[in-house]
Amino acid sequence: MVGLLVLASLVMITVYFRESPNGTLHGFQSAGSTALRPFEVAANRIARPFHDAYNWTADVFHAKQENEQLKEENARLRQQVVLAATGAQEAAALQKLLKLKRASAYQDYAKTAVTAEVLSNPVGQFDQTIVIAAGSSSGIRVHDAVVTKRGLVGQVTKVLHDTALVTLLTDKESNVTAKDHQTTAIGVVRHSQGPEDLLFLDRVLKNKRVNEGDTVITAGQMSGHRLSSFYPRNIPIGRVTRVGQTDVDPFQDVQVMPFVDFSSLQYVVVLASHKPRPQMP
Amino acid sequence: MIAPAAKAAALFFFVTILQVTIVSEIGILGGSPDLVLVTLVAVALTQGSIFGAVAGFWAGLLLDVARLGTLGFTSLLLTLAGFWIGRYGETTGRDRAHAPLLSVAVVTVLYAVGSLVMHFLLREPAPARVVLIEELPGTIALNLLLTFPVFALVRRLFAAPAPPPEVEFVG
Repeated sequence: MVGLLVLASLVMITVYFRESPNGTLHGFQSAGSTALRPFEVAANRIARPFHDAYNWTADVFHAKQENEQLKEENARLRQQVVLAATGAQEAAALQKLLKLKRASAYQDYAKTAVTAEVLSNPVGQFDQTIVIAAGSSSGIRVHDAVVTKRGLVGQVTKVLHDTALVTLLTDKESNVTAKDHQTTAIGVVRHSQGPEDLLFLDRVLKNKRVNEGDTVITAGQMSGHRLSSFYPRNIPIGRVTRVGQTDVDPFQDVQVMPFVDFSSLQYVVVLASHKPRPQMP
Repeated sequence: MIAPAAKAAALFFFVTILQVTIVSEIGILGGSPDLVLVTLVAVALTQGSIFGAVAGFWAGLLLDVARLGTLGFTSLLLTLAGFWIGRYGETTGRDRAHAPLLSVAVVTVLYAVGSLVMHFLLREPAPARVVLIEELPGTIALNLLLTFPVFALVRRLFAAPAPPPEVEFVG
């Protein structure tokens, strides 16, 4: 009996790996996932007040420290607002001059973006994925970027009929081509291998400037550039918290604190699109 | 046999939903509790090896479906865990007071190691340091905290009905 169950498990693993995403086992998983969805949604709704209370308590402990940081940031931002206003006037004039139409990050997805509830959260640092309550029936495809109002969450890595698997930025396999919004230094955002949700901006050459407090955003697909990406450009990722370098490493050591709190995702927006995918180099 | 099997099926369905939606979000000391694993240990220890293996297979299948993971991956690990704990219960452990705590601690470690090995064999990322050093101590502690309430619940759920009172003829 036990042998049969072990054999059945091994056969399932083998078939699942070898078959196409439209295969029998994927179909079974899709149907099962659809059947489980109402229960997961109900459990999430019931647990949400308790979860929010837990998060609120945890947040209180960090609030004081965050308050000090925010005061400093507020002062800095006030200066930047003045500069930005001037910059915006200049930009508007230049746009008129060049007749250049530049859309913001999410504007291209206004009609096709899908809002989805998060059904299951990451199991641990080992498996940094979430399951969302929307799939191919909503127009979601593999490699679609997933965001919240705070910034980038990750990308869709598996799509079933009514559910999809999203690999978070904190996953070991996640790589996002990004740039420093202030200095335009380009690099790749990866997880920092530590216990926290810290990221680091890798592959930033030492001759490029990156400052603490700078905002890191997605660089998008850059034609001809060696660091290309599926992610649309200008999606906020996080803030630079530490910049360092060593003699042996050709790149800078840039630590980034993500804007998104990956531990309490409730709803996400999938930037679905009907356009053909960009070709990776 | 059918009634306990139906109870176990329903129990693991409920526990899996709880695990993926609520329990996995609880992160303390770097780890998060594994309610499915603790429940499986409780069921296997009280119901035996075959029951434990089948329950493990079912629980693994539900988890793989709910998390959109590789089908069969968790089933394989939990089938073996259920069978092994069931055998321990049948042979030596069932009546010992420390058996639940010992079983949960050992199975948590073996499950983490087995999971790492499986990921490695499937050529998926298998960060041993993260799993064994950063996550495992917290997960063991949280699983041990869950052990007694879960065992009490499982014992109550699978308790055999009380035998009818014996009739004594007098005179």
